[in-house]
This record gives sequence, C-alpha cells and structure tokens, in this order.
Amino acid sequence: MTASGCFASGREMSEFIDLKKLGAIVVKSMTLKPWAGKATPRMAETSSGMLNAIGLQNKGVDHFLSNDLPWLTEQKVPVIASIAGNTTQEFMQVAERLRSAPIQAVEVNISCPNLEDRNNMFAHDPQATSAVISAVRRMVDVPIFAKLSPNVTSLTAIAGAALEAGAHGLSLINTVMAMAIDVDSAMPKVAGVVGGLSGPAIKPIAVRAVFEVHQAYPHVPIIGMGGVMDARDVIEFVLAGASAVALGTVNFINPKAGHEILSDLGQFMSSRKVGSLAAMRGQVKVEG
Amino acid sequence: MIQQMAEILNHRKLGDEYHSLTIVAPEIAEVAKPGQFVNLRPPTDRSYLLRRPFSIFRVNRRGNVAATVEVVFDIRGPGTAALAAMRRHEPIDIVGPIGRSFTIPKTQHSCLLVGGGVGATPLFFLGEELQNAGKRVDILWGAATASRLVAPIEAKRLGAVAAFTTDDGSEGHHGLITEVLGEMIQRCGTEVIYTCGPRQMMASVTKIALEFGIPAQVAMEELMGCGIGVCMTCVTPVWNRDGTGIANVRTCVDGPVFNGARIAWDRYAKEEAAAALPAGN
Repeated sequence: MTASGCFASGREMSEFIDLKKLGAIVVKSMTLKPWAGKATPRMAETSSGMLNAIGLQNKGVDHFLSNDLPWLTEQKVPVIASIAGNTTQEFMQVAERLRSAPIQAVEVNISCPNLEDRNNMFAHDPQATSAVISAVRRMVDVPIFAKLSPNVTSLTAIAGAALEAGAHGLSLINTVMAMAIDVDSAMPKVAGVVGGLSGPAIKPIAVRAVFEVHQAYPHVPIIGMGGVMDARDVIEFVLAGASAVALGTVNFINPKAGHEILSDLGQFMSSRKVGSLAAMRGQVKVEG
Repeated sequence: MIQQMAEILNHRKLGDEYHSLTIVAPEIAEVAKPGQFVNLRPPTDRSYLLRRPFSIFRVNRRGNVAATVEVVFDIRGPGTAALAAMRRHEPIDIVGPIGRSFTIPKTQHSCLLVGGGVGATPLFFLGEELQNAGKRVDILWGAATASRLVAPIEAKRLGAVAAFTTDDGSEGHHGLITEVLGEMIQRCGTEVIYTCGPRQMMASVTKIALEFGIPAQVAMEELMGCGIGVCMTCVTPVWNRDGTGIANVRTCVDGPVFNGARIAWDRYAKEEAAAALPAGN
C-alpha cells in the first residue's frame, strides 16, 4: 500500500510504476474545501528523516471526486480515501460526500488541529477521536481506519476510543512531531515552526506503536507505516503486528519502491519458506 | 519522467567552485528541454535520503556515445558532497527530465539571459537552443566573486554581449546585476528576459523587465521532497490568470519556469525580513 500524502492521487507515480500491482492506494488527505497549505519552506531533511509542514494542501473532496477518483477507478487499484478536517462537522461533511463513491475504505486523518479545542490534534484526545470516528461511521458504509498520531501518552487508550466509536481498523503511525532550527539564522527550518518527521528515523517508534496496539487489540487490522525503506522493514512491521504495510517517504526517494519491495518480499518469503505474510503477523518472539 | 540507473561518463571541476557530472542517459537527454531538471540520488547511506534536483547545464546528443545530460553544482551539504565524490563509470540513479521548460519566443528576437551564481547553469542549454532557433543571445551573469561565475569563458562565447557583475568587484561591474540590467536591455535591444538565480535577484529582474515592458521567464529554485509532483513541499505562490487570487503551485512539475509577472513575490517578504535578522534578535 501507499501512505497518504506520499503518493498524491497516483497519477504522477503511474509514470514510474504499474499501480495495479499495489495492494491499495491511500490518497492524499482531502478536506471539505481546498486548503492552500502553509508558507515555504515546508520541508527540512534531517538525519535519516524528512521534516515536513505542508499544511495538508489539497484541492478538496469535490475535486477528488470529479478529477482523481474516476481516473483511479480506471487503474483498477483499490482506493482508500484519506479525509481530514478542522471540526467534527467537517469530517462528517467530507465523509458524506464519499458515501456512494467507489472507494474501498476511508482513512480518517485525525492528526489535524481541532479548531474547537484550542488547535489540539483530534488524535491527542480520546473524546475528540471518538466524536470524529463515530460521525464518519454514520456517513459511510465502507470500512474505516483511524490514522493515529504517535505523539500521545497512551496510544492504546486512543486506539481503544477509535475502535469503540466504530473504527474497523487502525493506521499506525502518522508523523512524529518534531522541529529543526537553522543555527546560523536562528530560524526554524520549516515555516510552520514545528512539523512532522517521517523516514527511517521514525521506524522504531512506529514498530513499537504497532506492537503495543496489536498486543492490546490482537484481532484489529493494523496498517503499519513509518520509515519503511525495504522488504525487511515490511517484515519487521508484520512481526510487530501489522496486517498490511504502507510505503511513505520512500516513494519520494525511489518512485519504483513499491515494485521493488514487492519483488524482494516475494524472494524473502520463498527463501524462508513462508507462505503468507498473515502467518508472520505478530510473531515477534517476546518472552513471557 | 523516467527513472534509471545511468553511468557517469565524466566528472570534472568547472573553475574552482563547481563540479560537473556528465551522465549517459539517452532517454532523458533526447527529450530534455532547457529549464527542465534531473533529480539525482546521492550514493549515501540512510543518513541523507532525498534526491538532489539539478537543472540541466547541457545535453549532448551528437557525441560518439549515447546522449548525455550534464549538471553543474557546488557542494552545499552531505548530499552534494557525496555526488562530488563520484567518479567516472560509477552508476547513478537519475530521474528526469522534470518540469516545464523555458519557451523559445515566436516573434521576439533579442534574448537576454540573466544568471545569478550557480543559477546561470540552465541558461547555457537555453542559450544554445535560442541560437539554434536564430535568436540573438546576450548574457549577464552575477556572482559574489569571480570564482562563483559559472563557466565565464563559455558565456563570453555564447553571448553577443556578455557582461558580468561581482559583489566584490573581482570580475566585471563591482555590484549587483540589477544596477546594470537597464543599461544592458537598452544596449542589446532586449525583447525577452530569461533568469535563474537567487529569489530576490529574480524578483528585482522581473520588476525591471516589467518597467521596460519586457516579459521575464524565471526558473525558480525551491527545496524539494520528491521532485515528481507528489509531496507538495516545493510550492511557489502564483497569481491566477485573472489576478484575483494566489495559488501554491508545485515548482517541480508546474514550474520550475514561470512567467515572472505571475509570481506573488511579496509573499516572500516576511520570510526574507526574518532571515536577515542575525541570530539572537
């Protein structure tokens, strides 16, 4: 699969890879109205990572429905629509517009500032998480994945709130809140001051998150993501408890990563005589 | 856009400051246009992941080997340092050609190329194409110091008039490009300006061009995450056609060449004012 925001709506990437070979495309988060995003600079490269503060620039759900989705449907690849908003109401309205759309699932990007709660992220509060997920659940019939933020004290508590509110599965993890400062100018390296860190730098954090949540909710589907660069990273997420794995930042570095990792994964599995990834799910050997 | 593993045909120093890599990439070189760029993956470990975008300095479609693209760069950090350490015959991961190119004017004849520092790079490729199209090409390069002018001897060969400015007076006019631009336009009968360089320089060049009633095509440089139109990192604020609003458009695939008059230059003012403050303020 692809991780939201790292694949746009697939059109650009289709110049490099055959989209049909992917398990699913999770498109860039869409909002009710177009969002202009933040000022530049929006990105800073850090050790083994990429810090970004894009501000969810997107053309809105109606543009997705009229321009991107018809094209994606022709590509014959499962589509997961990522939705975002600044209020519970906005999430609900976006979901409502997707109600009869040909999508396989909705991923709810609750790592957004909540305008009704002093800009705290929805994903940082169990009640806000629950409100958004149940609102979306009322609007669509397809499965709902809640995309959770790792920047919380108790991830399992937030995961529990999302599941209780009707999420069918969880996407773990969104970027890690981070900051980088240019020492010469004393300016933050991104105009948004703080941003979200992605790339291999966050992979151990993501693996821990998947592991913890899988231990707490072993029957819940988890899409694992965060810094996957190769097939061994995919296996690592599966061993921790992921039922599917998404590629994010690696698409920027190697637009053919989806294909190459799939092919390497096949080789890894046949060399280890593993029939399916499902058989390896959560099989990390932990004493006790 | 294609991605391939390509061979480095040559690595040379260009003056004291710049490195040049010539890469055998016929599928890219055959279709590349001036102002487009390629995105190279530095051969680093996982400490520095992202590709580095470089405008195309020159393509060679007529050599005894397959067609090549040449890029010119200076060392800015670990990524470019790793690229500068690459040797002849080593394989390199390249994506290209990317972006919207400069356009060759249909009616106008006299073209002035204005390059700031390493920003002069894509203007060589452009100058050659303009000459092939029968246009007059004049050149105005500026840099901090003489050693940071890109290939000044070749620039003199390319331009009907070739003028230089340096901040320290080590070559040509002692001062800024914008101090001599008006005089150049008049002297050369300039009808179109093409520019690439620091943002503030391009903003001033555009302003002067518009005062003379001349169009300016500008090639923007922005930090890029992916360089293939996906990540929304590299946006440039551009006025709508009817001037009613500003949209953040992707520099990589919707640019890097824009009509200078359409760029919302004052959007950058705050950022630049803050950057000018010394640390501690």
